[in-house]
Amino acid sequence: MNSVATSIEGAPLPNAHPTAPAWKVIGLVVLVAGAVALPFLVSSYRVFQFNMVLVYAIVLLGLNILTGYNGQISLGHGAFYAIGAYAAAILMDQFGWPYWATLPVAGLLCFVFGFLFGLPALRLRGHYLALATFALAVAMPQILKYKHIEQWTGGVQGIVILKPDVPFGLGITPDQWLYLFTLAVLLLMFAAGWNLLRGRIGRALVAIRDHPVAAEAMGVHAALYKSLTFGVSALFTGVAGALGAIVVQFVAPDSFAAGLSINFMIGIVIGGVGSISGAFYGALFIQFVPNFADQISKAAPWAIYGIFLLAFVYLMPTGVAGFVRLAWMRMRGAGGKAASGRIGEVPGEERTS
Amino acid sequence: MEAFLHQVLSGLATGGIYASLALALVMIYQSTNHINFAQGEMAMFSTYLAWALINAGMPYWWAFLLTVALSFVAGVVIERVIIRPVEDAPVLSVVTVFVALLVIFNSVAGWIFTYTIKTFPSPFPEQPLFGNRFISSHELGSIGITLVVLLALYLFFRFTPLGLAMRAAAQNPLSSRLAGIRVGWMLALGWGLAAGVGAIAGMLVAPVVYLEPNMMAGVLLYAFAAALVGGIDNPFGAVLGGFLVGILENIIGAYVIGTELKLTVALVLIIGVLLFKPAGMFGKVFVTRV
Repeated sequence: MNSVATSIEGAPLPNAHPTAPAWKVIGLVVLVAGAVALPFLVSSYRVFQFNMVLVYAIVLLGLNILTGYNGQISLGHGAFYAIGAYAAAILMDQFGWPYWATLPVAGLLCFVFGFLFGLPALRLRGHYLALATFALAVAMPQILKYKHIEQWTGGVQGIVILKPDVPFGLGITPDQWLYLFTLAVLLLMFAAGWNLLRGRIGRALVAIRDHPVAAEAMGVHAALYKSLTFGVSALFTGVAGALGAIVVQFVAPDSFAAGLSINFMIGIVIGGVGSISGAFYGALFIQFVPNFADQISKAAPWAIYGIFLLAFVYLMPTGVAGFVRLAWMRMRGAGGKAASGRIGEVPGEERTS
Repeated sequence: MEAFLHQVLSGLATGGIYASLALALVMIYQSTNHINFAQGEMAMFSTYLAWALINAGMPYWWAFLLTVALSFVAGVVIERVIIRPVEDAPVLSVVTVFVALLVIFNSVAGWIFTYTIKTFPSPFPEQPLFGNRFISSHELGSIGITLVVLLALYLFFRFTPLGLAMRAAAQNPLSSRLAGIRVGWMLALGWGLAAGVGAIAGMLVAPVVYLEPNMMAGVLLYAFAAALVGGIDNPFGAVLGGFLVGILENIIGAYVIGTELKLTVALVLIIGVLLFKPAGMFGKVFVTRV
C-alpha cells in the first residue's frame, strides 16, 4: 500500500475509461441468465432463501460504499435496514400502498436519515464512528417498541403484510415473481452503484478514505462527500430493508437487533472490503452458513462467524472477492501480483497531542 | 423527595458498575487507542465462570477472587494471541477483531451455559444496612466495592514500579522501550487488569439484571457513554462519568421518558458528547497534525 492510487485489494482504481472487455460482458450476461433461471430450478423454500441473498447483497453493496470505499465504519446499518422495512410495512399495512411503490419512499427516507446521521459522524473517525453506529444498532429495537408510535409500528407484535400477487397473469408462483422483482431491483441498484464508484465520485471517495488531507488539498469537498455517502449507503440499505420486509412478510422490533448490523459487517469482511462482487459472496455467507451451523447448536452460527472473522482478518484480508481475483490472475498467468495490504489500510496518518 | 433520593442513590449504585466497566475501557484505550467492543461480553463470560464456581460449592468470596484472577490471565492471553497481530493494523481490522471476540464470547456462553436466565447471588444481606430506607445493601455494597477497586488501582498505578512502567508504556512507548520497559507485556498486563475489573463489574451487575448471555449489551453502552462523558483517556473522568451517567439514567428513566427508551438515552448521550465535547469533561484535546 504505497500510493494513494491503489485501492484496498491492491487492484487498480476504477479507471476513467471503464469499458469492460468482451469476456466480462459475456460472463455477466451468463450470470444474470443463471440468476433468472434459478427460481424455476429449485424448491420454493430455496427460492425464498436466494431471494434473501439478493436482499442482503444490496445491503452489503451499500455498506461497502460507505466502509470499503469511503473508509467510514458502520456497525449500525441494521438500523437503516429496519427503517426501510418499517417504512414499507407501514405504507402497505396502514395506507394500502402497492408493494413496489414503497421502495422509493423507503430509500428516500433512509437517505434523509443516513445523511442526518452522517452529519455528526463527520466529526467522528475510526473507533468513535464504530461506537456511535453500534449504539444506534443496540438502541434500535427499543425505539421501534416505543409506545407512542405503537399505533403505526404495532409495538412488540410488529406488522404482518400480505404477499404480493403475480401481475399480468404470468403463470409463476408469487415466490418466483418476488424473486424476479428483487433481482430487477438489485440489477438497478448495482448498475447505479457501479456507475457511482467507477467515475469521479468513486475516486473522490477512495481518496478521502486513503488520505483525507490530500483529498481536501485536491479540491474534494470531503465533508459533503462523506455525509452524502452515508446517505447513499443508507438508501441502498433502506431499499433492501423494504424488499426484505416484503419477502419475509413480517416486521418486528426484535428482528432488527444489534446482531443484524453485526451480520452486515461480517458480510462485507468475508465478501471483500471495497469490492462490488464481494457483496454476493458476503450475502451467500450470511444466508447459508447459519443454516448449516444451526444443525450443530443454536449458538453455533455466531461462534462460527467469529472464527471466520478472525481467520479472514489474519489470513485473507481481501475477502473472498480478493481471493477469487487473485486466483483468476494466477490462472491467466498475470503473475503473482498478490493482493496485499490489510483491510481498511490508511497510510500516512499521524496523530499528536 | 424521598423517591427522588432513592432514584439518585440507586443510580449511584448502577453508576459504580458503569464506572468499573468504563475504567476497563479507558485502561485499554489509554495504551492502544482501541475501544474494546468485547469488554462487556468478556465481563459476562467471567460472571458465568463465577456462577459455575459458586454452583460447584465454592464460597462467594473465593469464587469472586478466583474469577478475577482467571479473567486477568484470560485478558493477558487474549492480548498476546489475538490482539497483538493487529496492534498496528488499520481501524477496520481492529474493530473486526473486537466484533469477532464479542460474538465468540456471546455464543460460547450461550453454548455452554444455555440461554435460560439465571439468578446470580449477591454477597450482601437481603435487609438494608443500618436500617435505612433509601438504598439496598447490594447497592451500597456495589458502591463500596467499586470504590475499593478504584483505590487499589490508583495506589497500584501511582506507587508501584510496575504501575509506573505501565503508565510510561502507555504515554510514550518508544522512549519506554529505550528505557528497558517491555512495552508489549505492559499492554498485555493492561488487558489483564481491564478484564479483571470488567469481571468485577459483571459480578456486581448480575444480581440486578440476572445472568444471561446478552446481559451486558445495555451496560456496555452506558459504560461507553460514561467513558466518553468523563473523557476516554482519563481514568478519574471515566469513573466520575460512570456515576453521573448512572444517576442521569435513573432520573431520566423515572421522570422524563420512562424506562423503555433507556438505551436511546445512552445513544443520545454518546452522540451528544462526541458532537459537542469530544474530549469529555477531563479528556485531552487531540489535534491532528497535517
